[in-house]
Amino acid sequence: MSAIEQATAYEAVIGLEVHVELSTATKMFCGCAIDFGGEPNSRTCPVCLGQPGSLPVPNATAIEFAIRLGLALDCEVIDSSQFHRKNYFYPDMPKNYQISQYDVAICERGHLELEVDGEARRIGIHRVHMEEDTGKTLHVGTSGRIHGADYSLVDYNRAGIPLLEVVSEPDLRSAAEAQAYLSELRAIVLTLGISDAKLEEGSMRCDANVSLRPRGATAYGTRVEVKNLNSVRSLGRAVAYEIGRQTGVLDDGVEVVQETRHWDEDAGRTSTLRAKEEVFDYRYFPDPDLVAVEPAADWVARLGKELPELPSATRARLRSAGLAAHQAASLVSTGLAPVFEDAVAAGAPADDAVKWLTNEVLGWSNEQGVESGAVALSGADLAALVAMVSDGTLSTKLARQVLDGVLAGEGTPAVVARDRGLEQVSDASELERMVDEAIAAQPAAADRVRSGNHKAIGALVGAVMKASRGQANPALVNELLRDRLISGA
Amino acid sequence: MGQASDSGAVGHDAASDSGAVGHDAASDSGHPAASEGDTLVTAGVARLLAMLDAGDVSAEDVVTAHLSRIAEYDGDVNAFLTVLADQALDHARDIDRRRVRGEPLGALAGVPVAVKDVLCTRGEATTCGSRILEGHRPPYDATVVTRLRDADAVMLGKTNCDEFAMGSSTENSAYAVTRNPWDLGRVPGGSSGGSSAAVAAHFAPLAIGTDTGGSIRQPAALCGVVGMKPTYGRVSRYGLIAFASSLDQAGPFGRGVADTAYAYAAISGHDPMDSTSIPEPVPDVREGLDSGVDRLRVGVVVEALGGGVETGVAARVREAAELLGKLGAKIVEVSLPHAKYGIAAYYLIAPSEASSNLARYDGVRYGLRVDGDTAEQMMAATRSTGFGDEVIRRIMIGTYALSAGYYDAYYVSAQRVRTLIIRDYREAFADCDVVLSPTSPSTAFAVGAKADDPLAMYLNDVFTVPASLAGLPALSLPAGLDERGLPVGVQLVAPLLGEAVLFQAANALEAEVGFDPVPRGGNAVHPPDTAHANA
Repeated sequence: MSAIEQATAYEAVIGLEVHVELSTATKMFCGCAIDFGGEPNSRTCPVCLGQPGSLPVPNATAIEFAIRLGLALDCEVIDSSQFHRKNYFYPDMPKNYQISQYDVAICERGHLELEVDGEARRIGIHRVHMEEDTGKTLHVGTSGRIHGADYSLVDYNRAGIPLLEVVSEPDLRSAAEAQAYLSELRAIVLTLGISDAKLEEGSMRCDANVSLRPRGATAYGTRVEVKNLNSVRSLGRAVAYEIGRQTGVLDDGVEVVQETRHWDEDAGRTSTLRAKEEVFDYRYFPDPDLVAVEPAADWVARLGKELPELPSATRARLRSAGLAAHQAASLVSTGLAPVFEDAVAAGAPADDAVKWLTNEVLGWSNEQGVESGAVALSGADLAALVAMVSDGTLSTKLARQVLDGVLAGEGTPAVVARDRGLEQVSDASELERMVDEAIAAQPAAADRVRSGNHKAIGALVGAVMKASRGQANPALVNELLRDRLISGA
Repeated sequence: MGQASDSGAVGHDAASDSGAVGHDAASDSGHPAASEGDTLVTAGVARLLAMLDAGDVSAEDVVTAHLSRIAEYDGDVNAFLTVLADQALDHARDIDRRRVRGEPLGALAGVPVAVKDVLCTRGEATTCGSRILEGHRPPYDATVVTRLRDADAVMLGKTNCDEFAMGSSTENSAYAVTRNPWDLGRVPGGSSGGSSAAVAAHFAPLAIGTDTGGSIRQPAALCGVVGMKPTYGRVSRYGLIAFASSLDQAGPFGRGVADTAYAYAAISGHDPMDSTSIPEPVPDVREGLDSGVDRLRVGVVVEALGGGVETGVAARVREAAELLGKLGAKIVEVSLPHAKYGIAAYYLIAPSEASSNLARYDGVRYGLRVDGDTAEQMMAATRSTGFGDEVIRRIMIGTYALSAGYYDAYYVSAQRVRTLIIRDYREAFADCDVVLSPTSPSTAFAVGAKADDPLAMYLNDVFTVPASLAGLPALSLPAGLDERGLPVGVQLVAPLLGEAVLFQAANALEAEVGFDPVPRGGNAVHPPDTAHANA
């Protein structure tokens, strides 16, 4: 919690609703393939287009994914839950109702353990429920919204893609905690392999409910829902903004209005999207086209046993292997922990491996816009690179260039170093020739070294490195210069 | 069995008849062709199959005979919204070719069937009797339609119905008012009135309807044919355009119990495309058809013969009970104390589901679109223009019943009534194997008589709705005529998945009643010449 947040008389109460688009092969209630980039409306069928007479049949894999996430969040898997219809009219909804879970969800009452600024926090998970996604509408006209559009185009390729909605309890108390929660949830989803969980692209979406109450109070204040949070950073900024805004409202002696607000990333503020009076009556009722979801107990038990190691366990293991908390967190959240572990298994010292990953590999993936978990770097490659540095084959600087090549898919470090001509020059006769040339070119600097100013040797080393375009082994160059100028050989 | 048109009349008579209606007759230029056609349109399914199998007639002959009768007389009846003559003839000729080549044929190869216009037919207009789906051509076949095609039944066309199956008279269609073949001034019942009228008028030996609260059984009763609603989940709803999903069930019509059983066998069975479809295999109901009723207990519903039932109807129901008793069945009285709340519960549950099911008709993707300045106005204009009064009335009732603050009082209470009715039947079936009652409190009423009185119209469903709410299989069969010469139907209801006992009891009763399904009377549709059939 930042000093500013702590300084106010109010406590923030934050709950998050996170939608996760599942990476099943087919949609939630029909056999249409989930593949992005198809022509509009090409990935559709009578069911996901809501053609008259069509009926939904639940996707067993989506149910399995829901149960696995629920188990990973320590939820109870409910033995009988139901799909409801959420009724409202919008052109991107083929049936003008969304199939969703309402009073009973497939997974309920779990929790997520976080560590925020060194403090352990347990955040309650209210429920994980299943629903179907809507299509996408493009409103053509100056307004860009449905009101005032000249015409609208609808693409139903996304309609019917399975979603899980993860609803937290209002247990988060700061922007930093909200961010930590979202990051951790995302890491779990990625570990389970049930979604690509890209906030920027909408395969993971987050809404935040924010309210304030006087410190020490138990009753909740009026809550505001904030939408359009497209990154962990946006979430942090929006929550911090909203806390500040509501603080101002309350300090002015005014009541906070219950409403839905839209986060404007560029302007860095929220604005009213929908007032409470406009809240829809969704007329939920059990979908008579679907039967209760009743997962067999032995199936649920087996899914529990087959869960992969979860991020918190991986972090604990990495820390017990000697990494600092922030290093372990970084490797896990970026999906690079497996590379790290493979590199260590292949002989790389843990310190070196983690530094290369958190400094260089993450930097590269940020620059290139590549998902860090998807970089083309094996643990063996990383171990080889670290070894080439430690045995002097590569300088650190050259090694960075080799890493670039490896990440660009040019081959193993050895192949990249050879093909790019980046191997360090350690050949004595070659180096001696370059050292002699440097002394000849800078006689004044050589004289200063000879007369006892050993720092002046740097200029000569630099000249050799420059002449060798960085490929000379700097330690050997240093040694040769000392031999020539100090020992008086 | 008194009537040759009874489908049960397969055997020596039929075989000897078939000699008289061979291919040669069709090539004659005079009246014999008409006689042959009339024989073909009065024949039951077993007899048609026997004649086709023996090569006495071709599928093309059978289909042509029915199409001719439709062309001549459907102008009086309006049973069909779409007649698929070319497609039917193509299919019939294909069946004939395959038969000649010795290729495998479906169980109903060459038997014509009419299909209610709420079942999707790929590429062929499927309107639900609604303006909002005018010209709608589905991109797929309903599973029922696929199964009929797989059985090589020949689809003659799509039959008229109340708009989105909402009604009991087929007057709510946006396109036509179907007339009762027994009296063209009267309604055929509904909502599957086009299908029941098509079978009664001898336009098709078989038809498929859908039943949500009685929409197969009541028109069957009013048209003097057999209509059967299977156990909920026995017949796939995939491609059945939904009215009320928890109640909708497709089922067959025929002029006899055995014919109806043929159609039931063809369309029933598990479908992975329908989550509510029952996975259990379907026993062949035709095997036990002739097992009689001497080991059965028939429960007569004590509440069902009191006030509000026409005397002619009540008399035929009592006689039916007596006939069953004479055949050896044990007649017991049973009570369905909560059935009287069935109509109220039904008219909350069905409209609630309908209000959601019909939300998709918004002009965005298919069907009618009436333009507006905004998307919202376009949707509102489309729906106001495209839906008829009864549909709008039910959407409004359902929307109200599902609204926050009213949901518990209406929808949830109605579901409790449903549970009580299920319990009533469970207790009744402890004492009997089938339950007997009237199908409808009245025989066919005049066109227009109840059109402006929705509540009077809703009361037509008083005896059919309880079985719908309980998901039970039920069948209506003719039990004779009332004093005006109009058909009276009796309803049998069996326990869940009890179709076999339902058909068994109905078949025995039918034989004893000896009902002649050819419409007659001063204002009836022109009857087929039954001279050959009776020969």
